[in-house]
Amino acid sequence: MGLEEKLPSGFLLTTVEQAAGWVRKASVFPATFGLACCAIEMMTTGAGRYDLARFGMEVFRGSPRQADLMIVAGRVSQKMAPVLRQVYDQMPSPKWVISMGVCASSGGMFNNYAIVQGVDHIVPVDIYLPGCPPRPEMLMDAILKLHHKIQTSKLGVNAEEAAREAEEAALKALPTIEMKGLLR
Amino acid sequence: MSDAKSNGANTPGDGANGNGVNPEKDLGAANLPGMRGDHGEEIRVQRGMFGANNGGDTSGYGGLVRSVRLPGAATRPYGGWFDEVADELEGALEEQGLVPGNAIEKTVVDRGEVTFHIEREYLVAVAQTLRDDPALRFELCTGVSGVHYPGDKGRELHAVYHLRSITHNRVIRLEVSAPDADPHVPSLVPVYPTNDWHERETYDFFGLIFDGHPALTRIMMPDDWQGFPQRKDYPLGGIPVEYKGAQIPAPDQRRSYS
Amino acid sequence: MSTQTPSSASARETTEGTVYTVTGGDWDEVVQSAARADDERLIVNMGPQHPSTHGVLRLILEIEGETVTEARCGIGYLHTGIEKNLEYRTWTQGTTFVTRMDYLTPFFNETAYCLAVEKLLGIEDEVPDRATIIRVLLMELNRLSSHLVCIATGGMELGATTIMIYGFRDRELILDIYELITGLRMNHAYIRPGGLAQDLPPGAVDQIREFVKKMKKNLPEYDKLATGNPIFKARMQDIGYLDLAGCMALGATGPILRSAGLPHDLRKAQPYCGYETYDFEIPTADTCDAYGRFLVRLEEMRQSLAIIEQCLDRLQPGPVMVADKKIAWPAQLALGPDGLGNSLDHIKKIMGTSMEALIHHFKLVTEGFRVPPGQAYAAVESPKGELGVHVVSDGGTRPYRVHFRDPSFTNLQAMAAMCEGGQVADVIVAVASIDPVMGGVDR
Repeated sequence: MGLEEKLPSGFLLTTVEQAAGWVRKASVFPATFGLACCAIEMMTTGAGRYDLARFGMEVFRGSPRQADLMIVAGRVSQKMAPVLRQVYDQMPSPKWVISMGVCASSGGMFNNYAIVQGVDHIVPVDIYLPGCPPRPEMLMDAILKLHHKIQTSKLGVNAEEAAREAEEAALKALPTIEMKGLLR
Repeated sequence: MSDAKSNGANTPGDGANGNGVNPEKDLGAANLPGMRGDHGEEIRVQRGMFGANNGGDTSGYGGLVRSVRLPGAATRPYGGWFDEVADELEGALEEQGLVPGNAIEKTVVDRGEVTFHIEREYLVAVAQTLRDDPALRFELCTGVSGVHYPGDKGRELHAVYHLRSITHNRVIRLEVSAPDADPHVPSLVPVYPTNDWHERETYDFFGLIFDGHPALTRIMMPDDWQGFPQRKDYPLGGIPVEYKGAQIPAPDQRRSYS
Repeated sequence: MSTQTPSSASARETTEGTVYTVTGGDWDEVVQSAARADDERLIVNMGPQHPSTHGVLRLILEIEGETVTEARCGIGYLHTGIEKNLEYRTWTQGTTFVTRMDYLTPFFNETAYCLAVEKLLGIEDEVPDRATIIRVLLMELNRLSSHLVCIATGGMELGATTIMIYGFRDRELILDIYELITGLRMNHAYIRPGGLAQDLPPGAVDQIREFVKKMKKNLPEYDKLATGNPIFKARMQDIGYLDLAGCMALGATGPILRSAGLPHDLRKAQPYCGYETYDFEIPTADTCDAYGRFLVRLEEMRQSLAIIEQCLDRLQPGPVMVADKKIAWPAQLALGPDGLGNSLDHIKKIMGTSMEALIHHFKLVTEGFRVPPGQAYAAVESPKGELGVHVVSDGGTRPYRVHFRDPSFTNLQAMAAMCEGGQVADVIVAVASIDPVMGGVDR
């Protein structure tokens, strides 16, 4: 009945969304945004033993204008925060952020005057990666999860719809302090 | 032994240090935490036994008052090469027409280290002498460390320098103090250019103004930052952390036992 | 004494606080006058986020054509307030913070801090031999891993990716050893005031011996790859020149000082941790340049391997923590079957038999031990130079002030002296030869 039957063999049909997601996820260009200890583990992930090249991610771009993934690797200080936002703004859309390590995710052990308590105060974060610093395997896992997220992301009207739904859900969500249960 | 100048204003007059311990009669008293001699600088007064400072006193030790003092001035001989350095320094200062007693406030020997407390007016002259005198030759300055003692009235801000002599293989410590109301210390950059960033750092964190520094600006904090974050009266600045059904206050807001 | 203020802006007191008026003239006029002065002059901002691998370092270069006429560093982009944070934690918890300062040399930070605390406590002589030997062992392994990163990233900045892959390959071998011994690849907090957190696990000595054998084979590869490489030499020789007088004035220590010909090394000059009993050489170069520093680092790695072998031969069974239970408390924990540190015997004793032991346990866990008032300075020779720690205690259970004199911070000041008058492309080489780690610079 459908279009499929009229096609010659050897063709594969998919949605534009899936095709775009597949293409996007396979060539993510991370910006070098090494800040502290996590940056060393990020470099290790790119080097021989862990070999990020297997996922098409080994080319760390020096210029944010050529990058679409920002791996915030390390603690973000109050002095660095405006710079970080500027680099993020310079990256072309669509762009993603991995917050690598506890310091970038929540301030971690440095709960003090100098450190921004979570990079999500400055830029929207797609993946939070715990660990101090996270092992290279953990970073790769975060990247694979991000690939999955990119693959399933929506386009056009659907993207707007998804964003609106996410916002509504976030507004309705129960604040952490009001949740009951174990300290988890 | 007692050095009125260094004691500040808070010397207890009765000799019993306000808590019933008389160091002259009680032989073990010198080993108590707050009792390392009665002549050092008083940096804080401890009340109670356990240091818990919020909530009511349930321990019964709440009336206990002890003064915490840093190790006090030492008398000759200091031991080892300390005497040699002190002699040379005093001699060299005299040669320049300075009175060593005016420049060197006191000398403290503690834990195998010697500290010369220098009057801030004489700091540059003393450092220059220490660097250039062939018998002293402290070529390397390892920077300045600021310390804030809010309890040490009139001498709140201290700048601590460690000088290393590669020729003679020695390390000494210089310490100068400045009151909070007049936080000025002469800069050592003309003598030790390495102190450039170190003095900027100390200015940034403690508000100590190093007179004569070529460009005394903030180095670590953003240029428009208010306050000097590593002073004791500056809060740590942490925020409470939320968990499910619980909130943990920042480290400086918690009950402390120190 | 003059009362000069740090800023030259005029100030006016208002009800809202002090208002500063800054006047610099019309911007167009400023630009025009700058354009008139020299049309070849250009201010280039490198960083704080830039392709080089030294973290968030900002370089402000004034260049005329290809020549750098003025070079300045902007730092502080990684200031973490660790020194202030330490004042709110117990003495033992302090190691957890200091290990994250210069994250490439965690064991040096920990050892320097612990030596200072031990000096304050007056227990330097009571630290068991085994603990001291393991400290030396770990520090020398750490010297290797730090120099490997320096050479690797330095090579990468020249565009030599092969060196980077080699360096990180060998560093992984060392990180495996760290992980076996401390449980973590970085940020270990393994060395504690009074000794170590725990003893070496079974198999550690064998793995280190295996590593030494492997590393002895791998080290000459760097020689083959880089030392005689004409491109490498052309990029490094006579670049980042800083002679002995410059080093002394700027307080530069470590490989920079030794590349200027002075064999000054705290391990020999003022031995700590029993370094006077080990047999090793202090390599020097007389070229005062980036290439000399590279050669010094390479030779230091060989010497470190020799020290590691001596450490392994000396290891005798014994305690790894001082006998004083107050200081040693965390080391009493044993690893349970669930992987968590807890000693069932200890719990049985405090819960079942001894009220006093329970009280002591409670106080030591919540408060920590007290340190008599006073101050101390301890210095170790980190891979980057003299790492000094100034610690002040007010007799409490928490440090009153801890200040780290980090060698990266001091050495980075030499950047201007090394770069001015040179080419733009050589700035990166000069900075790489300083080997600054911003975690240590900014703390």
